[in-house]
Amino acid sequence: MQASSSLSKWQVFAWLIGMCLSAPLAFLIFESLQGDSEVFTHLWNTVLWDYTSNTLLLILGVISLSCVIALPLGWLTAYCQFPGRKVFEWALMLPLAMPTYIIAYIYTDLLDYAGPVQVTLREWFGWQSPNDYWFFDIRTLPGAIVMIALVLYPYLYLIFKTALREQSFKLVQASQLMGMSPLQSFFKVSLPLARGAIVAALALISMETMADFATVHYFAVSTLTTAVYDTWLGYYSLTAAAKISGIMLLFLFVSLMLERLSRKNDTIHERQSSVNDTALYRLQGKSAWGATAYCVAVLMIAFVLPVSILAGYAIDYFDEAWNSQFFLYAWQSLKVSLWVSAIAILLSVLVVFYQRIGEGKRKSVPGRFASTGYALPGTVLAIAVLLPLTLLDTKLNEWFAETSFEPGLLLSGSIFAMILAYVVRFYAIAHGAVEASYVRISPSLDMASQSMGKGFFQTLTLVHFPLLRRGILTAALLVFIECMKELPAALLLRPFNFETLATHVFQYVSDEQLELASVSALFIVLVGLIPLYFVNRSMEQHN
Amino acid sequence: MSSLLLQNLSYKYDGQSVIKNLNLTVEPNEIVCLLGASGCGKTTTLKAIAGLIQPQHGKVVINGQCMSDESLFVAPQHRNIGMMFQDYALFPHLTVAQNIAFGLNKLDKSEREKRVDEMLELVHLTNFRGRYPHELSGGQQQRVAIARALAYRPNLLLLDEPFSNIDAQVRYQLINDIRAIIKDQQVSAIFVSHSKDEAFAFSDKLAIMHEGQIAQLGCAKTLFQQPKNKVVAEFLGQGIYLDATRYNGAGVTTDFGDVSSMVPLSQSQQQGKIFVRPQHLELVNDPSGQVSVEQQRFVGTEYVYRVRFAEQLIEVPAPADKVIDANLPVSFKIKTHAVNFFSEQELN
Amino acid sequence: MKKALAIVFTSLTCLPALAADEVNIYSFRQPFLIQPILDDFTKQTGIKTNVVFAKKGLIERVKREGKHSRADLVLTSNFSALMQLDDLNLTQKIESDVVTRNIPVAFRDPAGEWVALTKRVRNVYSSKERVGKLADLGYEDLASATYKGKICMRSGKHPYNLGLIASMIAHHGEADTKQWLEGVKSNLARKPQGNDRAQVKAVKEGLCDVALGNSYYFGKMLQDSKQKTWADAVHINFPNQTNRGAHLNVSGVVMTKYAKNPENALKLIEFMTDNKAQNMYASMNMEYPVKPGVALSNLVASWGTFKEDALPLSEISKYRPLALKLIDEVKFDL
Repeated sequence: MQASSSLSKWQVFAWLIGMCLSAPLAFLIFESLQGDSEVFTHLWNTVLWDYTSNTLLLILGVISLSCVIALPLGWLTAYCQFPGRKVFEWALMLPLAMPTYIIAYIYTDLLDYAGPVQVTLREWFGWQSPNDYWFFDIRTLPGAIVMIALVLYPYLYLIFKTALREQSFKLVQASQLMGMSPLQSFFKVSLPLARGAIVAALALISMETMADFATVHYFAVSTLTTAVYDTWLGYYSLTAAAKISGIMLLFLFVSLMLERLSRKNDTIHERQSSVNDTALYRLQGKSAWGATAYCVAVLMIAFVLPVSILAGYAIDYFDEAWNSQFFLYAWQSLKVSLWVSAIAILLSVLVVFYQRIGEGKRKSVPGRFASTGYALPGTVLAIAVLLPLTLLDTKLNEWFAETSFEPGLLLSGSIFAMILAYVVRFYAIAHGAVEASYVRISPSLDMASQSMGKGFFQTLTLVHFPLLRRGILTAALLVFIECMKELPAALLLRPFNFETLATHVFQYVSDEQLELASVSALFIVLVGLIPLYFVNRSMEQHN
Repeated sequence: MSSLLLQNLSYKYDGQSVIKNLNLTVEPNEIVCLLGASGCGKTTTLKAIAGLIQPQHGKVVINGQCMSDESLFVAPQHRNIGMMFQDYALFPHLTVAQNIAFGLNKLDKSEREKRVDEMLELVHLTNFRGRYPHELSGGQQQRVAIARALAYRPNLLLLDEPFSNIDAQVRYQLINDIRAIIKDQQVSAIFVSHSKDEAFAFSDKLAIMHEGQIAQLGCAKTLFQQPKNKVVAEFLGQGIYLDATRYNGAGVTTDFGDVSSMVPLSQSQQQGKIFVRPQHLELVNDPSGQVSVEQQRFVGTEYVYRVRFAEQLIEVPAPADKVIDANLPVSFKIKTHAVNFFSEQELN
Repeated sequence: MKKALAIVFTSLTCLPALAADEVNIYSFRQPFLIQPILDDFTKQTGIKTNVVFAKKGLIERVKREGKHSRADLVLTSNFSALMQLDDLNLTQKIESDVVTRNIPVAFRDPAGEWVALTKRVRNVYSSKERVGKLADLGYEDLASATYKGKICMRSGKHPYNLGLIASMIAHHGEADTKQWLEGVKSNLARKPQGNDRAQVKAVKEGLCDVALGNSYYFGKMLQDSKQKTWADAVHINFPNQTNRGAHLNVSGVVMTKYAKNPENALKLIEFMTDNKAQNMYASMNMEYPVKPGVALSNLVASWGTFKEDALPLSEISKYRPLALKLIDEVKFDL
């Protein structure tokens, strides 16, 4: 059977990818079994519960707040006509280009006791000391929740908006005719129909939240990520660190499982509704301006204000902050991000394709394996990547020993290590987005293609690729932007003298002098905007 | 009091007039079909009635209550209108019973269940109440859609091309079923279609739409026998234009002899053209005939000839016992019928 | 086959061939702090310097890379990292008369595995307006009820604080130190957060009256136009002057076990311990040079002389893991 032999080829590919991308984690777990667990017991007896509950609260807080921000935005821009809608539709994705630690830094500067807001309030009201009045403390768990949600809500917004667009308008119209107000339609029709998409987005957001280190560290909120750092780099106990990573993996698997469960009922290949070009609701008067005001408010808080402050720093400190190397840093950031996006997309398409054509329950295992790197904080991941790579390098050196060629740290000492770490970390994003758009391709198309004599590979390239274009583009965009912002893995794995924009910014932020890195920080945001613009435009044309 | 009144309705989209000064009246318990080619504005009219779009001019009155005019616009959820969509728009996340109960939120629980049971029985789907839409056949989905649209006793039922996704074999059975259900529930209905066969089978009255206006409203027979204009005449079927001169109130003279009309001629002009449908033509062998035969085929009970006359093509049936010799000159013979007589001005 | 592959690899990968005239550095210190010194070194010797900077994980990287590691030197910002590198057997002996001459015995490993480059004091800052100069203050006093709700400091787990706590254990034992930590915690005006500069800022704004911070941050702040106003609002105090002396931390350097450019690395170490570089550390970074006789910056000198805690760093370093445990036990940061 020609078909089954080529199927096994895909199977090998998929499993290979799954193995490779989960190898760092496997090494980490293996390593964790070696040592004793005294440190872990100590943590268990002291702070681990606080860390765990903080992590849970952080995740819950971030996904709730993201829902509150993003669901109305998605609904407004997908279904309603109001002043400025066209602009908001893409502008509301902009905060995605903002690294969380930068927004956290800026808001802390603005809102903490010594910041201009509280200083002004004290001057106005004549307060003398912190005991004279109450003002919320931004460096707290709620503060961290707000900061992270401001940067991550666009995931939900983007995915929810797309889901609404792909729902048939007629369903909402039908509910309207049956006496539902727009709000009732939203809760009874649009929301349940988009449930799968929403859960997928929230899974993404919760994993990003879990992996965040810079923000919670800056806000002195101790989470499991903090615990991993402490145990590894403070107690020097890899065993305990790996065990804590295990707890985080548990969270990860729970969120992945929830996502899959919610997709289960989603297998209906919905008819794409004809043209959803006109708005469903034409808002007028107060409600129209209310919608505009809401969008403006979110945009201001999440993007315009921080970027303006950053631009202000850049102007004030231009002489110290300007650096002729910027273009090189920007180019290096860009290069790595492009490579990683391309590789992550390619791998995820291969794996998801196997998931589609494969048989049996185990066909989705490679994808799940490959996605495990997502919830690991960057530094942990970086060290996890070093484990197999240095081992491989040693083997390589032994192998080449009798020749004149000396590979040295061919893999772990080059940009390869960075790219691998990024791919391991962000594969899950690509996988999720590609999988979501694959669901919408009817299986009969595969059968049609195969009946016309096309093999798996041709079906993939001739039928699926063109249909997946939009999903792939979205996935590539998300991976790209995350790569531009990614810090800890880059910091630790980069070759000598290799700076990305993020590492350059970090050396100043780590000294609480963002002002001196403001120009590079602006660069990160700006470089992130370019792909946002193009992807949005292509999605517009598609609509 | 009529169920629906549309007065001077106009709607523009992107600067394009989609509906222009449209007027329409639907009487209680009447099924009216908006019939027209695609792009004539029929679906837009339906949406304007439902309130899914807001017309710039004109008035929509349902059961005597004004729903929309220049100063007033009642939102769709307050119009109490039932609508059946082309793709049925069943909620994929709800079961059959939940779909039907969706619009019944004003009733209490027991009443709601009673009504759902009633509707399920009406559409013969009692055994399918727990199924999801994707587990049903096309015809079953359609019956759910009609049950859902009628469950909350709407003032008016709108149907947007409801039969276009149904196999031809079962289509007419379904049309009859649904018509019976609508009549049973005593509700006025407006039905949009581009197929005149569906329209004849389903509706009481037809409104032929053309370029955003109602070209003519009437029952099928009137439209056929006395089309108000060329558009209506041509829309209802193939035909051929022949030069004609009126000879008195009751007939016209043509190149193929005099034709007396079963209805009074609509035009007072002397010169004009008549529009003749194939079933009123008979082919005969005639040495001086000007009609050329292009194709002859046998279709079971009769022959069909494709013939050309004065640059016009038409397919004319001929009973098997009245076969002509296609190699000899051929001419028409026109039967007595309700003559559609148009003046030259009208035709241009 | 192997040979063919070797040739292909060599030609394809274009690995930056390790030139003889360079030295590779893993640095825990921000490049902007050390770059001028490195530049000067290159100018004098023609040896190129390559740097990877990270705040966390570099030791793990050296360890994993093993004998193929390209790092010749590791620059650290605190003594516990030096000790850890030594403990993990990742260092090699620095044998140099220049270094021995330049650096007093207390500031280099007796076995020669590490060398300190600069000193910094764990100072106590006090509000000029509300507290005034605290000449007789000891670290112990921070736990007294006098300072209830008046202390600001960064995370207890930061190496600088861990070093201090370890020295407290070394002097007072575990139980007393734990009690002291609990006392300090209950005196905090806010949850530990920010860096040392942020603590001074908080004192200036009136959020707290005293704060812990390293000496060179204070100097750096006085140089920054925006931060000068913060620093102007506080006095710098050297604790425990009446008894054992103020706690010191050091930045330092090790040569890695598998250094590929040991000669160049040694040259750089010698350079960094010598007058020129020590001067730059003092004048630009406001640190205390370890080489005796090198002048302090005028600013640092104006703070006056002080007594140093004489307990060897290697002694203090032993208590670092215990210090971390105590922090967790009293939930200092939570």
